[in-house]
Amino acid sequence: MSEVSSEARLADYRQRFEELAGAQGLDYYPIDFELVPDTFMMEVAIYGLPVRMPHWSFGVRYIYQHVQHRMGYSRIFEVIFPGNPNRAYLQSRNTLAENTLVTAHVLGHADFSKHNQLFARMQSEVGYRIVEQAADRAHRIEDAIREHGAARVEAVLDAALALEQCIDVTRPVNRPDYPQWEAPADHAEPRDPGFAERYQELPGEAAPPAPDEQVRRADIPPAPEPDLLWFIARYAPELEDWERDIFLAVREESYYFYPLFACQIMNEGWASYWHARLLREADFLPTQVYVDAIKAHSDVVRPYAGEGAVALSINPYHLGFCIWERIIEQQGLEAAWRIRAEEDDFSFVRNYLDETLAADLGLFAYTRRGKSRSLRYEVRDAELDELRELMLAPKFNYGAPRVRASALRRDGSLDLEHDAETDGRGLDLERADRVLEYLQRAWRRPVRLTTVDHDGDRFELEAI
Amino acid sequence: MSEETGSGGGDRHRWYELFSRGARDWLRHNAKLREAVRDQLPELVKDADVLSRPSDRTVQVPVRFLEHYRFRLRDTNQEEGVGQGEAQPGDILRPGKGRRGQGSGSEGGSGDGAFRFVFEFSVEELVDWIWEELELPDLQPRSAGSVVEEDVVPEGWNRRGPRARLDRRRTLKEAVKRRSVQGEGAVPFTDDDLRYRQLKRRERPATEAVVVFILDVSASMDENRRRLAKTFFFWAVHGLRRQYGEVDVVFIAHTNEAWEFDEEQFFQVSATGGTVASSALELAYTILTERYDPGRYNAYAFYASDGDNFGDDRHRAFDRLHRLAGITNFMGFVETPQNFLENGRSEMGRLFAALAARDLAVGSYTVHQQNDIWAAIDAFFRHEARQQQQGEEPA
Repeated sequence: MSEVSSEARLADYRQRFEELAGAQGLDYYPIDFELVPDTFMMEVAIYGLPVRMPHWSFGVRYIYQHVQHRMGYSRIFEVIFPGNPNRAYLQSRNTLAENTLVTAHVLGHADFSKHNQLFARMQSEVGYRIVEQAADRAHRIEDAIREHGAARVEAVLDAALALEQCIDVTRPVNRPDYPQWEAPADHAEPRDPGFAERYQELPGEAAPPAPDEQVRRADIPPAPEPDLLWFIARYAPELEDWERDIFLAVREESYYFYPLFACQIMNEGWASYWHARLLREADFLPTQVYVDAIKAHSDVVRPYAGEGAVALSINPYHLGFCIWERIIEQQGLEAAWRIRAEEDDFSFVRNYLDETLAADLGLFAYTRRGKSRSLRYEVRDAELDELRELMLAPKFNYGAPRVRASALRRDGSLDLEHDAETDGRGLDLERADRVLEYLQRAWRRPVRLTTVDHDGDRFELEAI
Repeated sequence: MSEETGSGGGDRHRWYELFSRGARDWLRHNAKLREAVRDQLPELVKDADVLSRPSDRTVQVPVRFLEHYRFRLRDTNQEEGVGQGEAQPGDILRPGKGRRGQGSGSEGGSGDGAFRFVFEFSVEELVDWIWEELELPDLQPRSAGSVVEEDVVPEGWNRRGPRARLDRRRTLKEAVKRRSVQGEGAVPFTDDDLRYRQLKRRERPATEAVVVFILDVSASMDENRRRLAKTFFFWAVHGLRRQYGEVDVVFIAHTNEAWEFDEEQFFQVSATGGTVASSALELAYTILTERYDPGRYNAYAFYASDGDNFGDDRHRAFDRLHRLAGITNFMGFVETPQNFLENGRSEMGRLFAALAARDLAVGSYTVHQQNDIWAAIDAFFRHEARQQQQGEEPA
């Protein structure tokens, strides 16, 4: 078949899929489909967005991806940027059958991102046109490079991108500043009123000076602040405006990425469930296309390990797909709509990955021991609860250690603290040191960080 | 923005086909990496085999990608995770082919050291870096000093001379000038128009140099010491190449005898036997006087050893050193001592100190580890620069 006709056929299938999806109850913002070359797909996979700020660290990912791509290890079928409209990019070199499958898959994603509450909230926070906004920010940063030089901009990006995950998703993107003054004297109350009154009544003395009515300047931050990007953008004593903008740009994109991160299993599972279901019901597809599409489906939605083999990580497509199938089989579609709207990966795995499913999937817990030559993985017993928590552990707190800003001192220096108790151990000191260096260059005053060392004792790092 | 993300348009070239952001950032990474590599310059050349080969003067450096650091929890000896497949509690899995299945590689991020790549630096680039790094003075190609060479250089014009030196262009110029003065009816050429190039004998500073590297290869010079010596030799010869047009290198190894080698063998040689430095110094002297006309070549000699020498050989060695110092611009001693306390107090160290006391152009450098080489190189070339200045001032 010729190139043109397969594109036309794909457009035809798409329309029919959309009708089918609408009849099934899927609901989404309009989707712009575009066929793009694989080089474009690769860059999107690296940057997360089609046009994003320049930084050398993306170059490292690029070369990894490039090599993997060349060796045939990695293949990206589609990418969709949720928004209104959604932007979906399909690879022009996919076969017609593959792109047919991918079209159905994208409809599932589009439905998910419109209705899942985390997605919906973040979308309304960062706006519905992330692709354009990110490109716009990238252009502003390129302007900054022209104006202030690559080295200065790079120093700011080194710091901002290193803290990419340090945001507070429980707060809105547009946050008010901290209150400048402490709330007036609640603490005056608890003092024994009896004594003050009795003192007043003492004869012969001038009335005591009225208790200090002046309100105190509030501490900054009033409580440890996890949103470091915001804190730096707002409170760094010597940042220039264009530098603050860079921190805020990274932060806004980080908000955009969060639901993709926190709902990956659900979202990919949901899209996979729907592409399978839509494909089954697509009586308009020629047999060959259908068969090839189903084959592509089973290549994507399967455990990483083949028959009789073992994998040390789990394919989120497959896991999510299996959980959704189980939910819809047992609780019906109504429950599924609700779950897709209300939950994220944490509750999804905890609520719906049950004993039987875990056994069917052959999930097991392992402990990695030793290094290089003696490296080994010991498979061990684990309760279902433990299994779930082990799976979710890398996702807590956006997958980053909990580092918070604890004080902005009078000399303008910054104190950070790492919550080693919650994280279970201290930071990798060498890396933390390097991050502090990045940070100090942007902050321009001393930056300190407390964590714990190997023995669990308090340990302070400083970059002056 | 619109022209960038615009999906319409019949234009076959879309914006994303014209420009790769990934490639741009990759180039930036490489530029940073090259800078980072500068910090490890001494490490770069320790395996290089390029001293005597000016033709392929590059050094290959395997490097790792730079890491953009983020906060991360400290590594633990035992990490836990969830896997999938046919495994029973109690099974022990080892990384191997096939068993782990695909996909496990993606775990833990795109890991470290999965790929290696190699930078190729030209030696000139490296030497330039060193000069910047050490803030060494730029040495002029030697223009004054003891070593000069007689040469015939063209200088000026004459009205008489052999036919072969007739300067046609100059002659024509003269004719044109004359005709324009004489006006109409002038003869095209006269004998007076003829100009001949004139030659004169001039003293020309020699721009060639020869460097003799002498290495003690007795058993006490282990792999590490040789490597230090080699690294020093490397920088010394390439530094001198900045200064001279041609640099010849002679390699001499010795135990109680001395042999000349080519470079490849030179660093492989090991021999048993005592340490009699005079044998090598003797050989160096012979080679220099026989093969390299002192009128044409600036000679340098470097001697590397751990400093030991037979006591019986002391007078002889001193005598030979003295003689060698007489025909070289500079003589250096690279000492890789057995222990820190021996700095400069070894047998050979004392001999060099004695030469220095007699105001001969010698220097001693103690090198324990790679980093010390910088100090040695620094000292050597500063000495060179001083000597050059002193040489120029009276001129």
